[in-house]
Amino acid sequence: MTAHPTGAAGFLHRFEGLRRRLPGARLPYVEALRAQAAEAFRSQGFPTRRVEAWKYTDLRPVADAGFDEALSAVDSTPDLPTAYGAARAVFVDGRFRTDLSTLDGLACRVEGLAAALPGLDGRLGQLARVEAQPMVALNTMLFEDGLVVTVPAGVAAGVLDLVSLGTASERPEAFHPRHLIRLEPGASLTIVETATGPDEARYLHNPVYEIEVSEGATLTHARIQQEAARAFQLSTVYARVAAGGTYDNFTLNAGGRLVRNEIHTVLAGPKAACHMNGAQLLRDGQHADTTTVLDHAAPDCASRQTYKTVLSGKSRGVFQGKIHVHQVAQRTDGYQMNQALLLSPEAEIDSKPQLEIYADDVKCSHGATVGEIDAEQLFYLRARGIPEERARAMLVEAFLREAIEGVQDETARAALDAAVTGWWSRQEAAA
Amino acid sequence: MPAVTETIDTVQSVTEGTYKWGFETDIEMEFAPKGLSEDIVRFISKKKNEPEWLLAWRLKAFAMWQKMEEPRWPAVTYPPIDYQDAYYYAAPVQKVKPKSLDEVDPELLRTYAKLGIPLKEQAILAGVEGAGESPADSGRMPIAVDAVFDSVSVATTFKARLEQEGIIFCAISEAVQTHPELVRQYLGTVVPQGDNFYAALNSAVFTDGSFVYIPKGVRCPMELSTYFRINAKSTGQFERTLIIAEEGSTVSYLEGCTAPMRDENQLHAAVVELVALDDATIKYSTVQNWYPGDAEGRGGIYNFVTKRAHCRGKRSKVSWTQVETGSAITWKYPSCVLLGDDSVGEFYSVAITNNRQQADTGTKMIHVGKRTTSTIVSKGISAGRGQNTYRGLVRVAPTASSARNFTQCDSLLIGDQCGAHTVPYIENRCMTAKVEHEATTSRIAEDQLFYCRQRGLSEEDAVGLIVNGFCREVLKELPMEFAVEAQKLLQISLEGSVG
Repeated sequence: MTAHPTGAAGFLHRFEGLRRRLPGARLPYVEALRAQAAEAFRSQGFPTRRVEAWKYTDLRPVADAGFDEALSAVDSTPDLPTAYGAARAVFVDGRFRTDLSTLDGLACRVEGLAAALPGLDGRLGQLARVEAQPMVALNTMLFEDGLVVTVPAGVAAGVLDLVSLGTASERPEAFHPRHLIRLEPGASLTIVETATGPDEARYLHNPVYEIEVSEGATLTHARIQQEAARAFQLSTVYARVAAGGTYDNFTLNAGGRLVRNEIHTVLAGPKAACHMNGAQLLRDGQHADTTTVLDHAAPDCASRQTYKTVLSGKSRGVFQGKIHVHQVAQRTDGYQMNQALLLSPEAEIDSKPQLEIYADDVKCSHGATVGEIDAEQLFYLRARGIPEERARAMLVEAFLREAIEGVQDETARAALDAAVTGWWSRQEAAA
Repeated sequence: MPAVTETIDTVQSVTEGTYKWGFETDIEMEFAPKGLSEDIVRFISKKKNEPEWLLAWRLKAFAMWQKMEEPRWPAVTYPPIDYQDAYYYAAPVQKVKPKSLDEVDPELLRTYAKLGIPLKEQAILAGVEGAGESPADSGRMPIAVDAVFDSVSVATTFKARLEQEGIIFCAISEAVQTHPELVRQYLGTVVPQGDNFYAALNSAVFTDGSFVYIPKGVRCPMELSTYFRINAKSTGQFERTLIIAEEGSTVSYLEGCTAPMRDENQLHAAVVELVALDDATIKYSTVQNWYPGDAEGRGGIYNFVTKRAHCRGKRSKVSWTQVETGSAITWKYPSCVLLGDDSVGEFYSVAITNNRQQADTGTKMIHVGKRTTSTIVSKGISAGRGQNTYRGLVRVAPTASSARNFTQCDSLLIGDQCGAHTVPYIENRCMTAKVEHEATTSRIAEDQLFYCRQRGLSEEDAVGLIVNGFCREVLKELPMEFAVEAQKLLQISLEGSVG
């Protein structure tokens, strides 16, 4: 048996073998994008820790895994997680499954990317950058499917569930869905996304999102990442918000063995706003990285970020958050807070908030704190007869809830609340 | 809004000639040949009459340097430096030791007068024997000064007085001769030769700098100070300072620096090593006023410096205070490695960038010992087209139980062409440690300006007052004499952009 190629070479090898069969192979623009991405991925390879943006996250476990392309049976009927909205788009191993999806009653257009490719020239690849972004290059090179959502002007489209399921197979599989979401002026949409998989599954989920929020539109994007315990998720979100628009992202990292969630948001028009909040709940053996890059590229924009990390066992949490205020972005109001709670002597947190400011009339601040559960708070609860474990769980939940409170949309907030509630108690029970 | 615009305009018109230390002294100098090679390293070592072990140490550093690459990660830009196009050794020609002020080279004397060093000290600095032995006539606490002129230390004052307490304060080249065992024991133990590109370069070619040794239990009776002056053209200054504070001792050390105005860029790559043992305290203050270049960014010093302290002892304490107003480019991170239990590290910094100055500065606090604490207060002020970056690391090792850090970084922007950046790194591997970081960026508020103007202050004075208030937390950490100088410097540095 020949050795399965690993690392960047493995993916490039598979690309060469698959390129004629990948969706859009006959569309010149798709072919050009893929060729450019392959070149970028070939020259960069998997990022090493010597690359500043990857200083705290080592991708060797991913590079060394040796993945196959997903080959799951198209008629499998996996268990689906709780529904939050009336409409639901389901992906299994990165492929859009219309048979499992319910899209009636949603006041917007939802299609599978593979089918929609002929009409996406000029839209696909407009926001996502393959240069200096090896994982985006990898996605662009090998994407097979994704979700294409277009909300017409002025339409309040309601709630859409986006479900991504990984499945167990003999060899670890990799899938790289590409999701394109566009809200036309004044439109609104809430997406509640759940990514999960069965315990024994090993896979790499490497999604890339290109999100356009037009003038006055509002997108709420709640992401609940509960991947299988041995899975990898490396996701990259690109969002561009026009004048008066709002992008509200919340990312919960709870599952997976090695996870990186990278968000690039550009506030491109005056009075655009963005909330990027998140929580990372880590147990023994997990590594999770949240990296945000926020560009204030227009005047009078506001941004709010609150990220919380709770670490137990031998886990490692990473937060990197950059706010870049361009010279034109006068009267920017930017705020970022990241906090970590260490519940174990073996846990590690690395935090790198960053301000880069070129305009003078701005109000920007960031804060970071790291510590253990406050002994006085614990004492206060214990003194009122609450058992220690219960008291700890309460304090952990209160710590997390502060980030969730920032989410405006009620459905999204409820979904996140449900995912967080009892997390700590379940951890204790499992241990 | 108009108030600020107006101030910027007024001040832009007086940009030229605000650097008051930019003159050049015409004095007979001795140079090593231009360029850098093993021969130059040997030449310097021979010139200093160094023992074999030190030459070997230098050569090892040089070999390391040749294999290293210049760091590119700081947020600064400059054209490539030609390391072969500079003199690595430049010293005023040593004459017969002058016996009175009249015999001292009048040019050297004039230089000190222009730098504003008091007359009594001038006599001492120019090497007049005996002048240092009757200090404190005025009843004021004297300051012992080591004056480094280009590559060499030209004089050190109050040595005899300090020796009575067992304190050694002299040029490091002298310490190599008189106390080789101490130099050998500590040199390079805090900043090893291969630590980074500029530290390796310094280790290979360092020419002078100060050496301080405070014996057990001694509280140094006066402030110690080194005054660095780059004078000669096309030279680099590579000084090396080593301060050792034995158990229970205390010392406060100041450094100041200036250079002539020139169109060329000159390199200053210093290494400072501090060692604090049990219960020792070192306070290290810097007022950095190298020539910053002109309004268009021509000339100025590249200040690429490695400063680090080891708090090796229990309850030891090192406090860095810096006021960085000069240099075209500053690249410097005075750091503390907190090894001893209950040791304390502090970093107080004001960095101003005006015109086209660039500063990438901050600190590293490495917590290893139990209950170690660190405080970081950084104030960055950007004006003109200046770029100012705070870059800092707080790392807590698993052993540093109950460690504590607090960091506050504030940036003030004056004008819309400048930049202020904050890049803190927090790495915590200890559950019981507590780390807090806060950063803010803002500009001078209109209402603050209005309030001052209403009370009859000129715009420049108003901005000066507000800036001084913004920096107060740091300035109050400076020894008295320096605090006054620093306040004036802040005002002067902001001339040409605001007030």
